[in-house]
Amino acid sequence: MLLEILGSGCAKCQKLEDLTRQAVNEMGVDAQINHVKDINAITGYGVMITPALVKDGVVKVMGKIPSLDEIKKLIS
Amino acid sequence: MSDCCSGGVRLIYACSGSADVGQIADLVSRKLRDAGYARMTCLAGVAAGLSGFVESARGADVNITIDGCGTACAKKALERIGVMPASFVLTEFGIVKGKTPPMDEIVSSLCERILQQGEPSPGAVQRPGSRSGTC
Ligand code: SF4
Repeated sequence: MLLEILGSGCAKCQKLEDLTRQAVNEMGVDAQINHVKDINAITGYGVMITPALVKDGVVKVMGKIPSLDEIKKLIS
Repeated sequence: MSDCCSGGVRLIYACSGSADVGQIADLVSRKLRDAGYARMTCLAGVAAGLSGFVESARGADVNITIDGCGTACAKKALERIGVMPASFVLTEFGIVKGKTPPMDEIVSSLCERILQQGEPSPGAVQRPGSRSGTC
């Protein structure tokens, strides 16, 4: 699975990336995690509010940092 | 451009229809965006069901639709995904479909009258009012 964190690299985007990595590790799933900071790539998804979490091209959440459990549900 | 975790996100969509009033809706939306009224995004992305556009609409504090005529395609496209926008229909501002060339003066006048409405409310159908504003 491909997981993308969309966001310019602020603390909140970084927090979402850290939680996503933790979720992937704890679930033991095979995932590639990319942090997308390029604004054109972000708006290419139609995302107007960051941070956002994208799973295999589908935007799962945006504009907030979900809890670890929520992230696990979103990517399972 | 995307906002990072910020509140007060206000998005604007134009119907951008093929009719003259659809073109005017597009020009009005761009001018309102340039005036800082809202951030413009793509109605086609919402209508196509693309997740980023759909979730952005759902996550915005206010969504504003600018439709050329009473068919209100932009408003209905948002309603289909469960989002009730603040809706402006330009023919309700007195322009006539098929008889209104997309001239700068017309676009500016409509823009000003929309700004005169003040803060748009989610789910409201906005009609011409009398409060002041500039575009
Ligand atoms: S609202 Fe009217 S002008 Fe705009 S796309 Fe629909 S039919 Fe065309």
